[in-house]
Amino acid sequence: MSYSTFEIWMIIIIMGVGTFLIRFSFLGLIGDRPMPTFVLRLLRYTPVAVLPGMVAPLVIWPIATEGQFDPIRLLAALATVLIGVWTRNVLWAILGGAVTLYGAMGITAVL
Amino acid sequence: MTTSTMKTQPKTPARSAYWAGVRDGAPFILMAVPFSVLFGVIATDAGLTLAQAMGFTVLVIAGAAQFAAIQLMVENASIAFVLLAALAVNLRMAMYSASLVPYLGAAPLWKRAFIAYLNFDQTYITSIARYEARPEMTVAERVSYFLGVATPITPFWMGMTLVGVLAGQAIPEAWALDFIMPIMFLAMVAPMLKSLAHVAAAAVSVSVGLLLVNMPAGTGLLIAAASAMLTGALVEIWMERRAR
Repeated sequence: MSYSTFEIWMIIIIMGVGTFLIRFSFLGLIGDRPMPTFVLRLLRYTPVAVLPGMVAPLVIWPIATEGQFDPIRLLAALATVLIGVWTRNVLWAILGGAVTLYGAMGITAVL
Repeated sequence: MTTSTMKTQPKTPARSAYWAGVRDGAPFILMAVPFSVLFGVIATDAGLTLAQAMGFTVLVIAGAAQFAAIQLMVENASIAFVLLAALAVNLRMAMYSASLVPYLGAAPLWKRAFIAYLNFDQTYITSIARYEARPEMTVAERVSYFLGVATPITPFWMGMTLVGVLAGQAIPEAWALDFIMPIMFLAMVAPMLKSLAHVAAAAVSVSVGLLLVNMPAGTGLLIAAASAMLTGALVEIWMERRAR
C-alpha cells in the first residue's frame, strides 16, 4: 500500500461521510411528505429484494472454501429458510440452520 | 384496529420498545464478532494504523464496504476508484433509507440522522420486520426499537475490530463462522415471505444476484434488488386485480 497518511484519512473520512449521506438520503430529505402509491408498493419489497440476492452468492460460493461449492452450506441455508417460513420465528430458523451446518460438518468429519 | 392490541401495550411503550429491540438485536453479536475481528486483522496486515482501522469501523460502520476498500487499497487502486467502489457497495442502503420513510419519516430530523448513521443490514432488517408485523407502533416506539437493535451490535462491531488489530489473529476458518452471516440474514428474511409477491421478489433477487455476481462492487446486487422490488410490486397488483 503506497498511500500517504493524509490520503488514507481522506479515504476514511469521505467514505464515512458518503456512507452516511447514502443512509440519510431518503429518510432525511423526504421526511413525512407522502409518497406515490407505486413507490410505496416497491419499497414494501426492499428487505426480501436485497438480502436474498446478497446472501445467495455466499451460499453457492462460500468465502471460507474459497468459492468452492459446499453441499453442507447449501443444506444449512435451505434448512434455515424452510424452518423460518414454517415457524415464522427468527431464532428457531437460526438454530435450525446452525444445527444443520455443524451437525453435517460433524457427521462428515466422522465418516 | 388497535383495540385488541392496546391491552398488551405496556405503560412505558417507548422504553419497552427499546428493550425489545435490544433483545432482538442481541443475536447479531454472534455475527458481528468474527467479521469485526477479521477486519481488524486485515486492516493491520494491509498497513493501516490502529487509529485508521478504528476510523473505518467507527465512521463507516459498513462491513462489506470496509473490506472492499481495504482490498482495493492493498492493490494500490486510485483513491477515486476505492471511494467509488466502496460507496457503490453501500448504495443498497439508499433503498433501506427509502423503505424506512413510511415508518420513520415523521421522527425529528436529528433522530432520523442518528438512525441513518446506524442504518446497516442488521438493524434495518430487524426493525423493518417489526414495523411490518406491528403497524400499531408509534413513531417514537419505532425510533426506540431501532436504537435498541443497534445497542448490542454496535459496540461489539467497533470493539472487536480493536481486538483484531491488537491480537492480529482471526477466528479459525474451521469454525465456519463465515456462514453465521448467511444463516442469520436468511433467518430474518424467511418469516417475511408472507405472500406470493414476496416469494416472487425473493426468487428474482436470488436468480439475478447469482447471474450478475461478477459485476463490480455490488452493482449486480443493485440490479437484482431493483428487479426484485419491481417483481414484488407487479405481482401484488396482479393479485389485487385477481382478487376483485
